[in-house]
Amino acid sequence: MAVERREIRWQKRLEPALEEARAQKRHALLDFSAAPM
Amino acid sequence: MYPDPRVAQLIEQNFIPVRIHVKEQADDFKRLGAKYGAQWTPTILILDSSGEERHRIEGFLPAGDFIAQILLGLGKSAFTRGDFADAERRYREIVDKYPSTDAGPEALYWAGVARYKATNDPSALVQTAASFKQRYQETSWAKKASVWG
Repeated sequence: MAVERREIRWQKRLEPALEEARAQKRHALLDFSAAPM
Repeated sequence: MYPDPRVAQLIEQNFIPVRIHVKEQADDFKRLGAKYGAQWTPTILILDSSGEERHRIEGFLPAGDFIAQILLGLGKSAFTRGDFADAERRYREIVDKYPSTDAGPEALYWAGVARYKATNDPSALVQTAASFKQRYQETSWAKKASVWG
């Protein structure tokens, strides 16, 4: 089955992301990364 | 990072994703790394909307293993908030779609517990113990489930 390619829209600040998560009844995924940006 | 479209889709559908880069956001990394005890990259945390950690993935994983860990975290979070049906659904998805990952036996164990918590029917645990006699026999989860069978 083909899966549509998606780009992850990473945010850079946790606190606003948690507010958004509360509003959307989602979780936050917090990635501590050293990968090239 | 995360080139597999299944990973991107799972993240987009379930999370508000936040990336803190160790060098480019050094101050944030120091502050949040201290708060959550992250001392290595990649460290990936599943947080509920109040910021409580529900699951942790440390180090690189191939896509299938990573997806299974994400589902495990979503299952744990659902279990913690008492949504046992959703927790079981997440755990069963791991067992069905990613059975050979490290998350597989843990998910099978907790799927049984979640069903028991949802139904109060002890046969859910007996059936889980029976399942462990067919698969994952050498794991610690099989030992834990052995008291039910």
